[in-house]
Amino acid sequence: MSIEISALSFAYGETPVLRGIDFTVPDGESAAVLGPNGVGKSTLFRCLLGFLDPSEGSVRVNGKDMRSLDRRAAAREIAYIPQSCVPSFNYTLLEVVLMGLNNRMGLLESPKAEHKKAALEALDSLGIAHLAYRGSGKVSGGERQLALLARAMVQNARVLVMDEPTANLDCGNSARVMERVMNLTREGYTVIFSTHDPNQAFRYAHRVLAMQGGKVLSAGPPETALTARTLTQLYGVPMAVCPVTVEGRTFPVSVTLGGE
Amino acid sequence: MDLDRSRQYRRRFWILGLAFAAVFFASFLLGRYAVAPGTLFRVLSHAILAPVRRLLGLEAAVPTWTGTEQSVILNIRLPRVALAAVVGAALSAAGASYQGMFRNPMVSPDILGASNGAGFGAALGILLSFGYFGITLSAFLFGVGAVALAWLVSRVSRMNATLSMVLAGIVVGSLFSAGTSFVKLVADTNDQLPAITYWLMGSLASAKKRDLLFALIPVIVGTVPLLLLRWRINFLTLGEEEAKSLGINTTRLRLVIVACATLITAASVAVSGLIGWIGLVIPHFARMLFGHDYKRLLPASMLLGATFLVVVDNIARLAAASEIPLGILTSFVGAPVFVWLMVRGGADREH
Repeated sequence: MSIEISALSFAYGETPVLRGIDFTVPDGESAAVLGPNGVGKSTLFRCLLGFLDPSEGSVRVNGKDMRSLDRRAAAREIAYIPQSCVPSFNYTLLEVVLMGLNNRMGLLESPKAEHKKAALEALDSLGIAHLAYRGSGKVSGGERQLALLARAMVQNARVLVMDEPTANLDCGNSARVMERVMNLTREGYTVIFSTHDPNQAFRYAHRVLAMQGGKVLSAGPPETALTARTLTQLYGVPMAVCPVTVEGRTFPVSVTLGGE
Repeated sequence: MDLDRSRQYRRRFWILGLAFAAVFFASFLLGRYAVAPGTLFRVLSHAILAPVRRLLGLEAAVPTWTGTEQSVILNIRLPRVALAAVVGAALSAAGASYQGMFRNPMVSPDILGASNGAGFGAALGILLSFGYFGITLSAFLFGVGAVALAWLVSRVSRMNATLSMVLAGIVVGSLFSAGTSFVKLVADTNDQLPAITYWLMGSLASAKKRDLLFALIPVIVGTVPLLLLRWRINFLTLGEEEAKSLGINTTRLRLVIVACATLITAASVAVSGLIGWIGLVIPHFARMLFGHDYKRLLPASMLLGATFLVVVDNIARLAAASEIPLGILTSFVGAPVFVWLMVRGGADREH
């Protein structure tokens, strides 16, 4: 198991945020975490990345307890891909990707030709090598997200945590990014991402964790974990799930039926 | 394209280095007492080789220059020109580092109150009729103390680390600037008040070897770690969690950067007074010419800042019959150049 979350509870001071979460993701699978804002998705990810220590329970990545790893060791196990936003400084995409190599360098070392080569290869594998010297403020949100994906790849961590990876992207860019992510799972990467779109979970997740009030509402394969009833309960509006067949392939699609 | 770009950066670096060397040595020739380039070369090489001669027990050649020439070059112009270069480089390095740390290109080295603290320390020293060393030391200690205070306040605050540090810096800075106003209020209006006012405007007019020595040690102690860690400063521009996830101990890195940048800011302000503008704008020039990667940006900022302050200080001592304070001139000279660069577009346009 790449990700093992067992009986995880976390509280900020007196306020409990996560209560007894159990969830696992096997190697080479992708998992979607769903739930309304403030449900604890980000806190769950922070525990997973080892930024926060659980009050109870444990988080293991590749069999290692995240509490026992220092920052550099943790960066070799698990990579974080934040939401796409325009950066404060206009680094080139190559410079962005090079930062992923930090955990492979000495404390006072800076990137050399070999590091540059690795970074360019990662950009090339995602089809954006031609943008290597473009400023990250001068490319599309999707291309920026792909650069962050390349940075995670050179980091050599096999588990990727993506916080709403397509939040600020149009549907074309969103699909392009998610297709690349799926390719990575086929190469053996394990991915866990949060999303507000159940259809993204149906399309791109092997497993789903639906959270409500800091607890697990349902978990499992999307077809069984995301029923009309669960979704209605999760988002507070009536929802339906209907099968759609396109070019001989059938997959579920969720629709909202309007609020009160 | 890659080769072109790195070659372009390297070429710019060479040009900048040569410009600095030219400006640095030309500054020795400028002034009311004329010095010939040949004499400058002989005096400087004679002085540089003196320890070697002493070590080998060799006799010095008979000087072909006058004692006045030697004194003008070594005791008057050398400390001043070298100090201008050191302070220019130091303030630019501090500014660039703080900008990365606060993820904001509009940040200057006084963001955490170092300049206000140092200004208060100097004003207090003048009020209490300290000697030269007392005033400089007081400025330095209050500069460092102000930032330490801001750091402590931000540590006990429950807010986001960066925001609380900026706010604490503003609060501590305004506290010390109010303190300076109070010192001015109670100071003797005949000699102390003008001395404080001129000190605050910033000048290298009275630069002596002792100023150079006083500033040099903290500046070197602060600059070396910044240069060694410069590529890591990039990570602080990403934000807390992203940097951590890449394997950076952000708390420790931030502490080192703040400590080093503060050390060099306080040391610079202690010997030169308040020279604004450089720490804010020179890193911008450098970003336009060399991009945002601190691997290039930090050395480029330092070289650019040193060149700029040496030029401006030459204007300060030569342009008018009496010295013009540097705090005023840096803006007068820098603003038009900056506008020109803004209009031209700089590095970002090419990306």
